[in-house]
Amino acid sequence: MTGIDLTIIWAGIIAFAVVVYVIMDGFDLGIGILFPNFKVGPERDTAMNSIAPVWDGNETWLVLGGGGLLAAFPLAYAIILPALYAPLIAMLLGLVLRGVAFEFRWRDPAHRAIWDVAFTTGSVVATFAQGVTLGALLQGITVEGRAYAGGWWEWLTPFSLLTGFALLAGYALLGCCWLIWKTEGPLQRQCYSYAGRLGILLLLAIIAVSAATPFLEAQYYHRWLAYPGIIATAQIPLATAIVSFLFFRSLSKRKEVQPFLYALLLFGLSLIGLGVSMWPDIIPGRVTIWEAAAPYDSQIFMLVGAAIMVPIILGYTAWAYWVFRGKVGSDGYH
Amino acid sequence: MIENDLAINLARIQFAFTISFHFLFPALTIGLASYLAVLEGLWLKTDKGVYANLYRYWLKIFAIVFAMGVVSGIVMSYQFGTNWSVFSDKAGPIIGPLMAYEVLTAFFLEAGFLGVMLFGINKVGRKLHFVATLAVAIGTFISAFWILSVNSWMQTPVGFAINDVGQYVPAAGWWEIIWNPSFPYRLVHTLLAAYLTTAFAVGAVGAWHLLKDKSNLGARKMFSMAMWMAALVAPAQIFMGDLHGLNTLEHQPAKVMAMEGHYQSYPDGAPLILFGIPNSAEKRVDYAIQIPKASSLILKHDLNAPLAGLDTIPDADEPPVGIVFWAFRIMVGLGFAMLGIGLWSLLARMRKKLYDWTWLHRAAIVMGPSGFIAVLAGWVTTEVGRQPFTIYGLLRTAESAAPLDAPAVAASLLAFVVVYFIVFGAGIWYIFKLAAKTPEAHEPTPHDGPTRTAGITPAAAVLEGHIDKEART
Repeated sequence: MTGIDLTIIWAGIIAFAVVVYVIMDGFDLGIGILFPNFKVGPERDTAMNSIAPVWDGNETWLVLGGGGLLAAFPLAYAIILPALYAPLIAMLLGLVLRGVAFEFRWRDPAHRAIWDVAFTTGSVVATFAQGVTLGALLQGITVEGRAYAGGWWEWLTPFSLLTGFALLAGYALLGCCWLIWKTEGPLQRQCYSYAGRLGILLLLAIIAVSAATPFLEAQYYHRWLAYPGIIATAQIPLATAIVSFLFFRSLSKRKEVQPFLYALLLFGLSLIGLGVSMWPDIIPGRVTIWEAAAPYDSQIFMLVGAAIMVPIILGYTAWAYWVFRGKVGSDGYH
Repeated sequence: MIENDLAINLARIQFAFTISFHFLFPALTIGLASYLAVLEGLWLKTDKGVYANLYRYWLKIFAIVFAMGVVSGIVMSYQFGTNWSVFSDKAGPIIGPLMAYEVLTAFFLEAGFLGVMLFGINKVGRKLHFVATLAVAIGTFISAFWILSVNSWMQTPVGFAINDVGQYVPAAGWWEIIWNPSFPYRLVHTLLAAYLTTAFAVGAVGAWHLLKDKSNLGARKMFSMAMWMAALVAPAQIFMGDLHGLNTLEHQPAKVMAMEGHYQSYPDGAPLILFGIPNSAEKRVDYAIQIPKASSLILKHDLNAPLAGLDTIPDADEPPVGIVFWAFRIMVGLGFAMLGIGLWSLLARMRKKLYDWTWLHRAAIVMGPSGFIAVLAGWVTTEVGRQPFTIYGLLRTAESAAPLDAPAVAASLLAFVVVYFIVFGAGIWYIFKLAAKTPEAHEPTPHDGPTRTAGITPAAAVLEGHIDKEART
C-alpha cells in the first residue's frame, strides 16, 4: 500500500455525497415544506415545475451516501441504521410520499389537493427525520461489540428534536432562495419576504445547535473551546457571521442568485462544523473511520469506479440543469 | 428467545413485502424503457407519427411506474442496514462495492436523463432526446446487472475469505465475484422476464383497445409489437429457465428438491410431480400427479439418473417446501401460457387475422398481469428456496438480522403496509386510467399543460404537421 490512506479518501467521498445531497435535495424538500403557503394554481405549479425535472437525480445522492457507507464503512452502516431505525423509516416513507406526488398531482386534478398535502407531509417528515438523524448521531449511540445496543427510542432527545427543527428551517430557506432564482412575479416577491424570516430562524437554530454541541461530549468541548484549537475553530462562527451579513444584504438588494449561493455557504459552514466535531470518528466517541473501514481491496475497487463515474455524473447532471435553465413558469420552462 | 424470533419474522415479512412491491415496478420499467427507445428510434427512422404517439402514450405510464420504482427502491437500499445489519456488516465489503457501482453507473444515469426524457421533449432536439431515452433504457440494464450480481453472489458465493472480525472480504479478483456461478443465468432469466412482463402488459392494453375499435392504428401497432415479443421471448425464456434450473441443481440442490417436491431420494429415476400437496410434516407429497422418471430426464437428461432428495439435507437447512413448490408451478404454468399466446398470435398473423380474432384479444387481456405474477412467483421460488440462508450455506437469515425489538419492526411493517397500499394503489389506479384511454393520433406529452412551453413548437407536432395547440383536446 502506498502512503495514501484510502480510508480518508472514502470518508471524503461519503462526506461529499452527503453535502451534495443536502444542497440539492435540500431545496427540493424546502419547496415541499413551503408549498402550503403558495397559492393554489399557477404559483404551486410553478414551484413544482422548478424542481420536477431534477428531483430524482438530486435524491440519488442520498442513495450514494447510504450505499457508499455500506460499501466503504460497513460497520458504521450496520450500527447507525438500526440505531436510528424510527427516524430513518419515517424518512423513507416521507420520501415515498414526496416522490410520487410529483407525478400523481398531474395525473389526478380532481384530487390534486390530496397529493399537495402528501407532497408537503412527505417533505416535512423526511426533512425532520434527517435532522433528527444528524442530531442523534452527534449526541452518541450505544454500541456493544459490532452492534447497536440501545433501545428503539434512544435517538429521541431535546437535542435531536432541535436539529430536526433546524433542518426544517434550513431546507425551507434553500427552497425559498431557489424559487427567488428560478421564478418571477408574485411568487418571487413572496419568497423574498419569507427568505428574510427563514434566514433569521436558521441563524437562531445554528446558534442553538452550536451552543449545545460542545456539551454533548467532552471531545467536542475540547475541540471547539480549548486553547489553542479555538483559534482555528473560531474561524467557522466568524465566517458564518460574515456570510449571514452578505446573505441579508443580497436579499435587501433584491439579488436573484446570490441569496441561494449564500444560503448554500451557510449550509457548507454548518457541515464543516459537524466535521470538526466528529473527525476522525464515524460514530462519535465509539468508532473511528479506520475501525469501520472496508478492506483495501474493496476500497480500491470502488475508488476506480468513483474516480471515473463521479466526474461524468457531475457532467451530465450539469447538462440537465443547463437544459432547464432560466426562469420557470406555471406552464413549464421558458 | 420467542421475542427475538418474532422480531426476525416481522423483519422477514417486511423485507418480502417491500421487495415484492418494489420488484413490480422495475419489472415493467426495464422492458418499457427499451420499448420506448425502440418506438422513438423507429420514429426517428421512419418519421411515422404512430410511433411518436405511442411513445408519448407509454411515456406517461412509464413516468408513474418509474417514480414508484425509485421511491420503493430507496427503501430497499436502506433496509439492508436498518433490518439486516449483521448481514450488512459481514457482507458489506463484497456486496457494498457492487451496489455502489449500481448507484454510480445506473441510478444517476437513469435519474439524470429522466428529467430530459419527461420534460425535455420541447427543450432539446429529437436526436438528443433519443439519446436521453437510450440513456434511461441502458441505465435500467446496468442497474439490473449489478443488483442481480449481488443477489447471485448471495446465492452462489465465491471469491471470498473471512477476516478476523467475521466479515466476508474479497479474496479472488472482483471479476470472479461479479461473474459468480449463478449470475449469468439469473441475469438473462430476469431480463427476459422483464421483457415478457412488458410485452403482456402492452399487449393487454392494445387488445383492450382493439376490442373497442380494431381500426385504431396505435392499438394495432402496440398489439402487434407485443405479440412479436411474446412469440419470440416466451420460448427463449423457457429455454433459459431450464438452464437456470440446471445451474441451481448444481449449486443449490436443496432449492431444486423443494421446487420438485422431492422429499425422498430416487436412486433410479425421479418422477416429475406435476401437482400435489407438499406435506412437510410427513415428508411426502399428498395426492401427487406425477410422470415417472421425467424429473431425472429434465434435470439429468437421463431417465434412470439418481436424484437426491431432501432426506439428504439436515432439517435445519431445508427451505419451506410448500411455498417454493407452489411458486415454481405458478411461474412455469404462466410461462407456458405465455408461449401459448405467442403461438396463437403467430397463427393469427399467418392468417392475417391478428386484429380480428377477438378471442385472442380477450386472452391477451386476461394475460396482461401474467408477467408480474410470474416475476413475483419466480422471485419467491429463488428467494424462499435459498432459505434458511442469506449467504447461501454460510450465513443464516436468523443470524443476519438487526438487534431490533419486535414492537419497532411491527410498527414499521404496519407503516409500510398502510403507505404502500394507499400510495402504490393510487399509482396503479392512475396507470389503469391512462391505459384505458384510447391511443390518439395526437397524443399529449406526460406533462401536458404544465410543461407546454411558450414559443417553442414541439418537434413531434411539427413532424405531424400540426401546431401543438391543435393537438390538445
